[in-house]
Amino acid sequence: MIFSLLWTDMLVWGLLCVLILLGWGASRSPQVRQQWHTIFRSSIAMASTIILLFYLFFTLLDSVHLRFAIEPAEGKSEQVQYSEIVSLLDLIFVHNIEGTERTYSAPFSQHEYTKSIVVDANGVTKQEYLPLKHVSNRDESIQTSLIAIMIGLTISMIFVFIHIFWRSKGGFKDTFRLTFQGKTELPWRTAYVTMTLLITLFTWFYMLSFDYHVLGTDKVGGDVLYQSLKSIRTGVLIGILTTLIMLPVAILLGVSAGLFRGWVDDVIQYLYTTLSSIPGVLLIAAGVLSMQVMMNNNPTWFESTLERSDLRLLFLILILGITSWTGLCRLLRAETLKISQMEFVTAAKAFGVGKLTIIKRHIIPNLMHIILISVVLDFSGLVLAEAVLSYVGVGVDPTMHSWGNMINQARLEMARDPMVWWSLFSAFVFMFILVLAANLLSDRVQTVLDPRNKS
Amino acid sequence: MKTLLSVENLSLTVAGEKLLKDISFKIQQGEVFALVGESGSGKSLTSLAIIRLLPDVISVSSGDIKLKNDSLFLLPEYKMQKVRGKSIAMIFQEPMSALNPVMTIGEQVAEVIKIHLGLKKEAIKEKVISLFEEVTLKDPKERYNWYPHQLSGGQKQRVMIAIALACEPDLLIADEPTTALDVTIQAKVLKLLKKIQVRRNLSILFITHDMAVVAQVADRVAVMRYGEIVEEAKCDVFFTDPQHPYTQSLLRDALPSKEGRGVVHNPERLLEIEDLKVHFPIKKGFFQRTVGHVKAVDGVSFSIPKGKTLALVGESGSGKSTIGQAILSLIPLTEGSIQFEDQDLTKLSSLGLKPYRRKIQVVFQDPFSALNPRMTVGDIIREGMVSLGIGSKNRALQDVKISELLLKVELEADHMHRYPHEFSGGQRQRIGIARALAVEPELIICDEPTSALDVTVRTQILKLLQKLQHESGVSYLFITHDLSIVSTIADEIAVMKEGKIVEQGFVENVMENPQHPYTQKLLRSAPKLPNYGEK
Repeated sequence: MIFSLLWTDMLVWGLLCVLILLGWGASRSPQVRQQWHTIFRSSIAMASTIILLFYLFFTLLDSVHLRFAIEPAEGKSEQVQYSEIVSLLDLIFVHNIEGTERTYSAPFSQHEYTKSIVVDANGVTKQEYLPLKHVSNRDESIQTSLIAIMIGLTISMIFVFIHIFWRSKGGFKDTFRLTFQGKTELPWRTAYVTMTLLITLFTWFYMLSFDYHVLGTDKVGGDVLYQSLKSIRTGVLIGILTTLIMLPVAILLGVSAGLFRGWVDDVIQYLYTTLSSIPGVLLIAAGVLSMQVMMNNNPTWFESTLERSDLRLLFLILILGITSWTGLCRLLRAETLKISQMEFVTAAKAFGVGKLTIIKRHIIPNLMHIILISVVLDFSGLVLAEAVLSYVGVGVDPTMHSWGNMINQARLEMARDPMVWWSLFSAFVFMFILVLAANLLSDRVQTVLDPRNKS
Repeated sequence: MKTLLSVENLSLTVAGEKLLKDISFKIQQGEVFALVGESGSGKSLTSLAIIRLLPDVISVSSGDIKLKNDSLFLLPEYKMQKVRGKSIAMIFQEPMSALNPVMTIGEQVAEVIKIHLGLKKEAIKEKVISLFEEVTLKDPKERYNWYPHQLSGGQKQRVMIAIALACEPDLLIADEPTTALDVTIQAKVLKLLKKIQVRRNLSILFITHDMAVVAQVADRVAVMRYGEIVEEAKCDVFFTDPQHPYTQSLLRDALPSKEGRGVVHNPERLLEIEDLKVHFPIKKGFFQRTVGHVKAVDGVSFSIPKGKTLALVGESGSGKSTIGQAILSLIPLTEGSIQFEDQDLTKLSSLGLKPYRRKIQVVFQDPFSALNPRMTVGDIIREGMVSLGIGSKNRALQDVKISELLLKVELEADHMHRYPHEFSGGQRQRIGIARALAVEPELIICDEPTSALDVTVRTQILKLLQKLQHESGVSYLFITHDLSIVSTIADEIAVMKEGKIVEQGFVENVMENPQHPYTQKLLRSAPKLPNYGEK
């Protein structure tokens, strides 16, 4: 077994390390800690964060890629052969990957969605619903559900108790009581309830996925629950990594334009005015198409389809990043213009402090609230953008699981009669929850961090 | 005389905290009643309570306000709307933001008349023009179609007065109407208000922090502090015989003190400026061609004596702050030289300038924007020491120096770990002074350091500056528009007008025997206190 690192994996884990380091660095400033404390004092922000962490967890789970050694056949070469790349999430859902059906089936169904023509033993041709291959015939769903819920509750209880124990300095009982009366400073009760709900729901789905296709199957019989979970990584990656690419560009250009003025300002302004006056979809489509041509001309670059689709995702992220920095850049330029006129900047200049230090010490910290707000707002916009682009056909690779691809597929399914609704429905629900949580959190972040809201 | 408005035992609370405590006063028909106090004393809240425009979070916990015989708190909202504007009108402090920038001033006055008096179109226009005449706006017929941005601050305030007078109110509430204006314009506006008040037999509730303005316009005065009225008296009695210790200290602080400045004529010169010109280009068109110049500073020469203070006095737009920035080498000069201890600063590169950065420092006007809100007080003071390499490189030793500096400006040593927003305006100004002192400068440019502060705080800061000068022999270039503090702080004075110095010399000479007509006009316009303390 060897680990294989895809490009996007590296970025995800790198970003996680950077975020942890940044968080650790920032937590040493009492002012910043106070602000985040205020943000999480709202139970909505707390619940949203837990949901977002859940999504992040699945992303990370899906970002550990492995290859297994295949036992060489007798008498063949000594060279070790490796299987296809799989992620940890694939390993958990291996029964769903292998248990593909022939075609559509509804959630929790025992048979296929449409009738097929069969010839029975007596030679009579009939139209009937074929039974699904990977569904258990035992009717024990209630029993399994109960067990699943029990297990889910137990797991979450363990987490809750560990966390309460970690929080309580000595008086475990008191902390426990205060938590469940909702009298703690941060709304831990809400956090625990959200977490318990999510864990229980997931355990229930997971346990049932051995016996059923919980969210049905798609056209080629793939499990929709598995697809939706796989899509999480695509969505979150596009949301986070694009912001990562766009941020340095926006900050660098915005601050330079605002601080240096003159021709620097002119050049940057012309640049972003030009860029933002080209229709976004056109630019992205052109970028994606040229990239596709390049990939088709160089098939030797990739060892597997997974690597190919991964690189395509990376390119999409790059292109999205390049086209979406203009808005933030404009905001930062305006704010820098304002801050650079403030007297504390003049004072720093009178001390002979260098330009870079002024940017680092006086300007960036005072822009932080704008950056943070726009990052969280952009995140949900980008997740939705992925869906739109994949729908139009210039998004991620068609072999890659993504909500956009699911919705694109559902275009035809919706036209059928009877309608196949579960693909679209699952993609919608998963995306909706993610975007809603991100939006609610960003609302709260905006209220707390915007100095104008301070009374 | 008839009582027009009576406030009886008014108390306001927000979240259990009392903002006003049992305020009672009466305003008679045709008198000017001044409500004086420092910021946060509750004077503006009182006025808002009278027109019932308090923010929702503030509630009236007890008391009553009667206009003639009607209790204002019992009126339904639609009747109250008629009271506002028609019986009680208001003038605000900031004429810039009180006028709608996209409507002509004539329309804005006409709007009020239309709502409250219901006249015909022609009649309204006639009325507006007669109002403009009353507030002595030139060419009223033509000005009717002007937009607010075409008017100066004083003219805007006149338009505001016209709007307030439009419906012939019984009571005019003037909330710091002249604070944002220059002295000469303030004098004109005050004179105008007084004239209108007498002619119309109007009652005015005049809210201000400036004792000298009170002395000029008021009939009766009430002093507010912490939401209470501490003293109420007739104007003449008030200034000659104040009872409450707080009032006494207010009056003392408002008065220029002449004590304690030993006169040393012609000491050594620290900084000499010769024929300084700063012109800002006006750029127009696609290629940003320079089409003209704004002559912010136009041929100024003066010198600052060692260990003494030069006050640079002028109205807004006279170019005095630009000179400060030029001395700090923060803006490019057009012409002229700045000699600092025999070294021409204008000939130095930014690297060669660095040793001089430590010798010239600056204290700013606005204590709120002068300190980076994201840095602790300690880091703010440390910045200059680190950048210019002054004192020890060791952080602990720097901390010792920072705490010494904080003590020097009469703050506490453990304040260094706090953030600027935890401090009041006066304390922030002290931090700003400590930051400048950290690099042991020989010249501090004080750019209106007291104009955003209350009178008592202003006196404290001025005392502190004097003490520091006495201890360390630092020189000040004191930029101000406030003539009343000049004789307290300065040894020499230079009066600026439109980028030129019109008069300079020793303070006592210039203040007592001004030669230039502009200086004479400035001194005449500055509101004066009756001589309290010389009884």
